[in-house]
Amino acid sequence: MGARTLYDKLWDSHVVRENDDGTSLLYIDRQLIHEVTSPQAFEGLRIANRTPWNLSANLATPDHNVPTNNREQGIIDPIARLQVETLNNNCDYYHITEFKMDDIRQGIVHVISPEQGATLPGMTLVCGDSHTSTHGAFGTLAFGIGTSEVEHVLVTQCLIQKKSKNMLVQVNGQLNPGVTAKDIILAIIGEIGTAGGTGYAIEFAGDTIRSFSMEGRMTISNMAIEAGARAGMIAVDTTTIDYVKNRPYSPKAEHWEQAVEYWTGFHSDADAHFDKVISLDAKDIKPQVTWGTSPEMTMAIDEVIPDPADESDPVKQAGMEAALNYMGLTAGTPINEVAVDVVFIGSCTNSRIEDMRAAADVAKGNKVAANVKQALVVPGSGLIKQQAEQEGLDKIFIDAGFEWREPGCSMCLAMNADRLEPQQRCASTSNRNFEGRQGQGGRTHLVSPEMAAAAAIKKGILSILIN
Amino acid sequence: MEKFTKITAIALPLDRANVDTDAIIPKQFLKSIKRSGFGPNLFDEWRYLDQGEPGMDNSKRPVNTDFVLNQPRYAGAEILLARDNFGCGSSREHAPWALEDFGIRVIIAPGFADIFYNNCFKNGLLPIILPEETVEHLFNVVEANEGFQLTVDLEQQKIISVQSSAVDINIDFELDKFRRQCLLEGLDEIGLTLEHADEIRQYEARKKDITPWLFQD
Repeated sequence: MGARTLYDKLWDSHVVRENDDGTSLLYIDRQLIHEVTSPQAFEGLRIANRTPWNLSANLATPDHNVPTNNREQGIIDPIARLQVETLNNNCDYYHITEFKMDDIRQGIVHVISPEQGATLPGMTLVCGDSHTSTHGAFGTLAFGIGTSEVEHVLVTQCLIQKKSKNMLVQVNGQLNPGVTAKDIILAIIGEIGTAGGTGYAIEFAGDTIRSFSMEGRMTISNMAIEAGARAGMIAVDTTTIDYVKNRPYSPKAEHWEQAVEYWTGFHSDADAHFDKVISLDAKDIKPQVTWGTSPEMTMAIDEVIPDPADESDPVKQAGMEAALNYMGLTAGTPINEVAVDVVFIGSCTNSRIEDMRAAADVAKGNKVAANVKQALVVPGSGLIKQQAEQEGLDKIFIDAGFEWREPGCSMCLAMNADRLEPQQRCASTSNRNFEGRQGQGGRTHLVSPEMAAAAAIKKGILSILIN
Repeated sequence: MEKFTKITAIALPLDRANVDTDAIIPKQFLKSIKRSGFGPNLFDEWRYLDQGEPGMDNSKRPVNTDFVLNQPRYAGAEILLARDNFGCGSSREHAPWALEDFGIRVIIAPGFADIFYNNCFKNGLLPIILPEETVEHLFNVVEANEGFQLTVDLEQQKIISVQSSAVDINIDFELDKFRRQCLLEGLDEIGLTLEHADEIRQYEARKKDITPWLFQD
């Protein structure tokens, strides 16, 4: 076999059979399940009188619809409650492991699976959620699927797939002050464009990427989908292996050495071929903030809002005009003069312990400005919440005037009660600034946890505090 | 799954790039545990002037008459003309469910987001990728000629104008063999995979030696 990419290796090791028509039957090691995209899959399985193939390959938790406060009252919204109850009933009926709402291990699927060691290098992992790309940070082939495919995996532990092309995105060099993994991935999306990764599986590489912790790497892989790529992988190294050691689902002692040896092979060979290569220099990347309604509409914090008149492509120009109109912004305005009404720190992009620490560092000893109507901190899992509380981060946030909530997707997509009012402007650590994403008419600026916390204490102004 | 062979219908031009699945079907409607009934809330935020919530009587809501979907000349459209990167964002299959429930069977665009594209085929929807300039031409023709109908023939892989049209359209399109066959025959993909159950078991047996930790309970 010739030189192969990380993606080639992950793909090859999971092909059950190759069909004549160019598709392959790909084996799926792990499926994560949540309440929104699974009920119709379970229903389909029952209608067809089929049964799950391998129960232990599945792990479930409710996250999209769960309330982030007053949980003792249960879920007030009857439609949301029915959806969560449906997940509970399905998991109980089939004996699928589920971390229910009152379980300390409950949280955002993409946070809890790595936390439990259910995401492991060399695996294939799917979930009915586009941010499944997150798990690529572990040298895992992980991608989002629709509900029909959730059912397909439940029943067969396989998917019929066509291989994607290989794209290498490398970032090298030392980080500028105030630049985080979030800024790096936003800059990458700005460079590639929101459809630039369509048809590709991305591998993120380079010494800047390698320098990040697993938390930072997950932030990067998480947003591969925002560049159009279903999967965004990072090669396995000691950072990966140290992270997965001693977690509940990780290999037990008798298999540990065998596992480490197996995982260590999951990196691209030196002369592997990529169909497309993008290179960025970290020294050119400043703290980022999005100004529009697509994640590719990103800019450095010290720049002015771009002018659609400078865009030659008429479709793009129309998109920019519509975005500025929706966002209530004017071309030429410095973005660091724009003030937000709401701050949201959370989501599968930025709700892990390091994100909590980074935001708390900025918040410490400060106060949320009076003109900031709400500043929410939503940890990604019950265990992260517990850890943060042990470190006293909750006190820092509460003293500063932030609300400290229970884990869930929350205001990233506003399926629960946490949402923006029309025209409210939000500094958000989430992943999508689409129209209406955080609430109908809501205006989202995607930023790092540091920048979100800084906005909260600096009169809502989008800026960055550099110590 | 519903078969797709050939349709003749009006095309609805949605002149906007990067239409995401949040726009196609907003999140509040995702709380449903059903597969059907999403059609009245397709493009909800663009289509109505108020905030849509599940359970509302949509026939009584104020309608945004500027939005192309509400223009009488496009009533009954089964073909959606779209711009690049249609269906980006969330993996929600509720997006193709909403389109299908509304009556759309074909979407023509210069490009689709991968997950959305894939989800369409599971629901009898045919997404067709055409070069940017061809799509631009179709937009111009459809907008200039009220009631313009197209025939989309999957067997022949052709898009053609109906006889006596003001403009003659005759476009070939490409599609993967497997996806074409699934749509033409309305195949059950899970059933197809289960035909290879023995091979899946053999694969698992090999895997148990290589990665035993994935099989521990």
